[in-house]
Amino acid sequence: MSAAVVELSGVRRSYPGGVEALRGVDLTIAAGELAAIVGPSGSGKSTLLYIVGTLERPSDGTVAIAGHETSTLGDAQLAGLRARTIGFVFQQFFLLPGSTALENVANGLLYTGVPVEERKRRAREALGAVGLGHRLEHRATQLSGGESQRVAIARAIVGRPAIVLADEPTGNLDTKTGGEIVGVLRDLNASGTTVIVITHDRAVADALDRQIAIRDGLVESDERKDGRSPSVHGRPEEGVNHQTRGWMPRGGNP
Amino acid sequence: MSAAAIRPSSLQPRDVLRVGLVGLKTRRLRAVLSVLGVALGIASMVAVMGISSSSRADLLAALDKLGTNLLVVQPGQSFTPGAGTSTLPNTANAMVNHADGVLSASTLENIDGLTVRRSDHIDKAITNALNVGAVRPTLGQTVGATLQDGAFLNRATAQYPAVVLGATAAARLGIDRVGEGVQVWIKDRWYTVVGILKPVTLAPELDSYALVGLDYAEQALGADDSPSSVYVRADTDRVNEVSSILGASANPEHPEEVEVSRPSDALEARAKAKTAFTSLFLGLGAVALFVGGVGIANVMVISVLERRSEIGLRRALGATRRHIAVQFLTESVMLGAMGGAAGATIGVLVTAGYDANRGWPVSMPAYAVGGGLACAVVIGALAGAYPALRGARVAPTTALRTA
Repeated sequence: MSAAVVELSGVRRSYPGGVEALRGVDLTIAAGELAAIVGPSGSGKSTLLYIVGTLERPSDGTVAIAGHETSTLGDAQLAGLRARTIGFVFQQFFLLPGSTALENVANGLLYTGVPVEERKRRAREALGAVGLGHRLEHRATQLSGGESQRVAIARAIVGRPAIVLADEPTGNLDTKTGGEIVGVLRDLNASGTTVIVITHDRAVADALDRQIAIRDGLVESDERKDGRSPSVHGRPEEGVNHQTRGWMPRGGNP
Repeated sequence: MSAAAIRPSSLQPRDVLRVGLVGLKTRRLRAVLSVLGVALGIASMVAVMGISSSSRADLLAALDKLGTNLLVVQPGQSFTPGAGTSTLPNTANAMVNHADGVLSASTLENIDGLTVRRSDHIDKAITNALNVGAVRPTLGQTVGATLQDGAFLNRATAQYPAVVLGATAAARLGIDRVGEGVQVWIKDRWYTVVGILKPVTLAPELDSYALVGLDYAEQALGADDSPSSVYVRADTDRVNEVSSILGASANPEHPEEVEVSRPSDALEARAKAKTAFTSLFLGLGAVALFVGGVGIANVMVISVLERRSEIGLRRALGATRRHIAVQFLTESVMLGAMGGAAGATIGVLVTAGYDANRGWPVSMPAYAVGGGLACAVVIGALAGAYPALRGARVAPTTALRTA
């Protein structure tokens, strides 16, 4: 049994016009890790995130997410994977401006077939978990940057995904607010969710357990804070079944 | 970790509607403006159909009041070689009156070769295209004639040189009232005008007649009670049956030469034929509808371009390409349906207002409203098809990066 939720091997990605964003990336991320992917702009880190998030397919190489070889999956199955197994957090938040915080978070479950009442109930829980229980009915346009990003994180985790991918989650925030968001992501990871953060902010990366540096489409370095080799999957969380994580307060109803 | 089968993402039908509404709720003014064209098109089509239907309903209501049970018996073409137009025998009046299912019957005998003039000084050649007819006093009631002035002939006035003028005849002679000294010249003497008819809807041929009592006409004008028309009121439930036996009653010797017509049928047919101008206006409505559809397509194309980041986000949340296409198609169909609903409402209101103004009964056929709504929905779907496909084709990463 492998605890790897992300397994990339020999992944290349080139674009029309000859641009090679990724030039052969091998990367394994185990369940329950809190990893940063760092690199200057143009290094290919965003492309890497989109490939891990199954929004983009590699030109070459294999990608397995939560044990599923993505090249064997069609549009509907990949979408199912994104709906249930992967949560996204973006630098620009991407909240629907006309909808309330609660509706935006509930949208995280929209494509899972969960009925609307249940979506809202779980969205309320998720907003409570990111400390926004008092802002449920505010429109997205009435929220501060930090609040918007908390809403976006709540939307990413409302479906209790195994993996949360955050693309420059602090990029539009001041240092203090950014630090709070990193704290939220750490809490999320502490409950068992695998969190992968893309950032070019060294301070943010240093706050995380593992730093994977990307340069010119290749993994330049891969370090753990505790000095252990990244290839060893001996972490205490390994035994935790991420499907039954319970970091969010569960409601009284099943 | 073992790879359990992936459940594909799914969007509940209820959520399809909810998702389709998001864009409209966010950009309300734009939604309203883009719907305007379709609303106008549907409104004009519904109003045109409603007004023409009301006008027809008004005519039918008028016919109902006049009765659709009036039949007219006339001598047809004779089948005997050389005989020309046949005539009805002088037994026709009595025979028809006694026929089964006949409520009342009365004759009109056209007397050839006579003119009606204001005085004997006027040239005989100036006929004004008027006719002289000999009638029984019962004619007025049988055809449902109403009087502009005076009274119809009665048993007394039918014995004297008295005349009742049809509406056209009175107008051409310049007579608009009865009274002392109001007279016309027929053949060789003065006839007192005792009544002026309003136009007779069911027997418009009477409008150009000067009607003289049969009794007097037989003495003075050479009438012989061989009717040129017999007007028959039949029992309403037995009109067809009566119609089929009238030939034999009116002319027992040559029933095949008798023509029986039902004037109300002709009027109804004419009302239905009045659709030429209706189709012109329907065509104009269709053009407005088409332009409205192009407007919606325009707005949807722009909407897809503007909302690329939303498309990317939704793909990230688990929407398939199909879910994206369905979302924009739903939005477009909703725009069409909103336009249709608004248009149908406006169309009904315009029809109601116009009808009230004309004093017509309001008649709005269900197919006009239903068809209008269906049309608008179809237009919305057609207008949204291309933008929806474009939205579905946007690569999620492009959509997210362009934001």
